Amino acid sequence: MYAVRRWSVRHARGMEIFYAAVERVFVALHPLWTRIGYERLDKPVAAVEKLVKGFLFDCQMCGQCALSSTGMSCPMNCPKNLRNGPCGGVRANGNCEVKPDMRCVWVEAFEGSQRMVEGKELIKVVQIAVDRRLQGRSTLLRIARLKATPPATAAPAKTV
Amino acid sequence: MKFEDEPVPGYPLPILPGHTSPGRLERVLRSGAFAITSELDPPDSADPEDVYRRARVFDGYVDAINATDGSGANCHMSSLAVCSLLTRMGYAPVMQISCRDKNRIAIQGDILGGAAMGVCNMLCLTGDGVQSGDHPQAKPVFDLDCMSLLEIGRGLRDDHKFQSGRKITFAPRVFFGAAANPFGLPFEWRAERLAKKVQAGAQFIQTQYCYDVPRLREFMKKVEDLGLLGKVFMLVGVGPLRSAKAGEWMRTNVPGIHIPDSIIKRVAGAEKQAAEGRQVCIDIIQEVREIKGISGIHMMAYRQEESVAEIIQKSGVLQGRVPWYPGRDQTALQTPPTKETA
Repeated sequence: MYAVRRWSVRHARGMEIFYAAVERVFVALHPLWTRIGYERLDKPVAAVEKLVKGFLFDCQMCGQCALSSTGMSCPMNCPKNLRNGPCGGVRANGNCEVKPDMRCVWVEAFEGSQRMVEGKELIKVVQIAVDRRLQGRSTLLRIARLKATPPATAAPAKTV
Repeated sequence: MKFEDEPVPGYPLPILPGHTSPGRLERVLRSGAFAITSELDPPDSADPEDVYRRARVFDGYVDAINATDGSGANCHMSSLAVCSLLTRMGYAPVMQISCRDKNRIAIQGDILGGAAMGVCNMLCLTGDGVQSGDHPQAKPVFDLDCMSLLEIGRGLRDDHKFQSGRKITFAPRVFFGAAANPFGLPFEWRAERLAKKVQAGAQFIQTQYCYDVPRLREFMKKVEDLGLLGKVFMLVGVGPLRSAKAGEWMRTNVPGIHIPDSIIKRVAGAEKQAAEGRQVCIDIIQEVREIKGISGIHMMAYRQEESVAEIIQKSGVLQGRVPWYPGRDQTALQTPPTKETA
């Protein structure tokens, strides 16, 4: 919902703290997820994610959530799916060039990021191309698995 | 400036040390000369002569010619095709790549294909939304955005790999560019976004139309503060207003274009509005070239392409330099060629 989405951006700092807590829990539960099976869990967890994030952010379930890096404004709501900042067509009132009644997702994102602690810096990091295969899948489980099992082969493990 | 090894049309120059492309635009910029690029309006036709005729009006005044990729989401001859035609004549095209119409498979193929045809400069853009063009019923693709496109292009060139990781045998030797809009919202974020583009691989920038020099100065100050000067060549977008009415229309209907009232008033108050529009453009060019960190200008004289020569000549930015064009070096020996009029 548009109004809720904008509320979430206004409360980006709270969202940041909340997300960090949820992520910690998910990473800590890695042994449990492994026992149940990540694949088996994906559908139900994704369904919950869709419900919660859909309500809060108008989440489009790209499966590689970037909210922490985009001021809690979902970049997939940008009609051009921009994940790295606003296009040149932002209107003088801060609205979208494609949808004149919607505030530019990236004008929102910039404001949201300024309220965040890590988000303030993360918004400056280049986001790589979206992996379209992850559409509809759970981001939380993917992150949990990634963080709990750092790649064994890579020499110095990259911390996210 | 003249290079000793000017090319045989379509045949690449050697790559100089520290350069990534064999192209003329990169050479001009790295030599420190004030570079001029100009936008070519691609024809709604399948006749190559239409492309050549549109390129010829710039002869002797520009270092590179931008071929737009369905600009404004309107259908025209493709940028890849326009560019490969231009390279046949020896011109230095800037191939614009928009993310609107193609996914990463098609785009990477075009980068390889363009480079194979001798295209040395590519401009990575997100592209206008389909709603603004003549085919609003089309499917917008936007598989990539300009930033991931830059990164993938750089990967092709420097890592010799597709985005998938699969190796390519001969890398495209390309000078990559991107766009910037110093006049768009949110202002305080625009320089940061430029920094991101440089980080992703942009080597030169062509900006949106500049009619507000003070705001450009402010932007360039931030660019300097971010330590970007010397890391990227900035070409400022300029263009003549045909009339005050045209300016008014542009700023209300084309998103992202900012024209201050003072400019509109100046043009409106003139007896010959088109001439005053050209004079405004000349004045802006002369102001812009004095700004620290500006390496050149990008002319966007849509449907007034024939005015580019006059504007550049009067602005004096070439300082006696004659950019290469087909036949430049023969003109001294023969009688001047009769230029076909568009």
